[in-house]
Amino acid sequence: MKNQNPTFYEEVRGNGVSRRDFLKFCTTMAAFLGLEASGVAQIAKALQSKPRLPVIWFHFQECTCCSESFIRASHPIVANIVLDKISLDYQETLMAASGFQAEDAYKAVMQKFPGEYIVMVEGSIPTENEAYCCIGGRSALQILREAVQNCKAVVAWGNCASAGCVQAASPNPTGAKPVHKVISGKPVINVQGCPPIADVMAGVVVHLLTFDRIPQLDGLGRPKAFYSRRVHDTCYRRANFDAGLFVESFDDEGAKRGYCLYKMGCKGPVTYNSCGIIKWNDSVSYPIQSGHPCIGCAEAGFWDNGPFYQHLPGVAGFGVETTADKIGVGLGIATAVGIAGHAIVTNIRKHKEIINEPEEGSNVETTKES
Amino acid sequence: MRSRTIPLREVHVWELPVRIYHWINALCIVSLCITGYIIGNPPAFMKGTEAYFNFWFGTVRFIHFVSAFLFFFNFIFRIYWGFTGNEFSRWYNFIPLKRCQWKEILDVIKVDVLQVTSKRIDSIGHNSLASLVYFITFLIFLLQCLTGFGMYGAMSSAFLPRLFGWVVPFLGGDMNVRQIHHLLMWGFILFALVHIYLVFYHDYIERRGVTSSMIGGWKFIEEDVIERHENKTEECPKG
Repeated sequence: MKNQNPTFYEEVRGNGVSRRDFLKFCTTMAAFLGLEASGVAQIAKALQSKPRLPVIWFHFQECTCCSESFIRASHPIVANIVLDKISLDYQETLMAASGFQAEDAYKAVMQKFPGEYIVMVEGSIPTENEAYCCIGGRSALQILREAVQNCKAVVAWGNCASAGCVQAASPNPTGAKPVHKVISGKPVINVQGCPPIADVMAGVVVHLLTFDRIPQLDGLGRPKAFYSRRVHDTCYRRANFDAGLFVESFDDEGAKRGYCLYKMGCKGPVTYNSCGIIKWNDSVSYPIQSGHPCIGCAEAGFWDNGPFYQHLPGVAGFGVETTADKIGVGLGIATAVGIAGHAIVTNIRKHKEIINEPEEGSNVETTKES
Repeated sequence: MRSRTIPLREVHVWELPVRIYHWINALCIVSLCITGYIIGNPPAFMKGTEAYFNFWFGTVRFIHFVSAFLFFFNFIFRIYWGFTGNEFSRWYNFIPLKRCQWKEILDVIKVDVLQVTSKRIDSIGHNSLASLVYFITFLIFLLQCLTGFGMYGAMSSAFLPRLFGWVVPFLGGDMNVRQIHHLLMWGFILFALVHIYLVFYHDYIERRGVTSSMIGGWKFIEEDVIERHENKTEECPKG
């Protein structure tokens, strides 16, 4: 007889995953989360004993790349987590239900599991005119505010939900805002990236499940386990940076030798993510390993800090190509011209003081000897 | 031979700690601007070699960080000295809270910047405009320390840099912090240009020995100015 409320372990075993593979998965996750050795057992125990995590997964202003990343996780158990373990009672892309049934599904979660369910959000929320994003006749803002009222925590998937991403880039016509700016009173986990790495997403879910509390977050609400180090500081090309070996164009000798992409506009030095460690597609590669500079997709406002292939960003109000250095040199020249002008004027206007002639009636004595 | 005899007195304006502060600060700023510019825009002069044999860019960054620590503690020391030093180095010189300080600022602009009137500015230490500019540079120092240590803190486990952990989230991410840090560098460069020019200018016009005063500490001041300063009948007593 099938358990009414099966645990994750029961489900993956039912899907033909061996216990050995299950434990391998637990070990991988414990390593990703930076847990000590005993953490493996904790994860294994949680996945074997705890019922599924009720989840409502919303899609607002986004491209679904977070879902795409998640379901393309190469580890079969990670994919199982997405599709089976977290009970995706409502997920616009993946659920079978539609129309009223779909609406019913997520309302049922809110009624059945008050204070227990997790709201996961993909996409930003329009605030300029809420009508830019409506589902079932209600705006994204209304839906989200209602859903988070009784939730346990909110997971903001990707740059859209964490920082607004491209929709919030200047001039931001829809007034797009990230989740943490439109709701209050609930913990929000910002899982940054465009999209986030699938294993990072799985890691966050496993953490929620195992420990029943949100992972430790940094100042920008990102899980520290995955976002505490710069891509730059974990980059395998870092030695080239310290040695001063830089690629100067995509077809030069340096690019062939795998030098540092700093001068090609790599945003690794200002981007916090696990790309250099966990990598992508079952740890096959990541952008820098494939010869392309990091575009900083895990940082707020990365679209506005472009161009992607320029190390220094453009300065707002001066045009895209104008960097801080160009403005600085311009001001420096203007200052030098001003100084030269002032020096000339001084020699004319202050002639008397310079040639040492005391003014009429002053008490300065002058002696001239020849 | 041209010469003139005027009643001058030597005044000990800059105490030794102020002078030491000044020159450490100057060295740090030169070092930080040069290394900072290279870090922001490194010359790719090496080709066809392997990373194993070189560390020059790491060394540039190391010099930048060491200079930054020195600059920071030197700056802290100067703030402390603003409360214990002599009257010319006290904090109240730098913040124009009095009406007469604003009047002197206007006077300096008329006399020395625009040169529309001719008048002697009687300040023995900094004049009020210079003081205000130094106050603004102090604010830039502070911002530069905050943004610099903010970026540095993420890769350090030391106590001091960790104190600046809030800066990056406050400013919305490393990208903004780095941009601000880079723009402010130009503030230092422009300040240095004008500062050095004005030292030349004042020595050229006033002949109070302002250049050497930062070496020996003494300035030549007209006797009537000192008398009025001592009797507190000067135009703008700052204490």
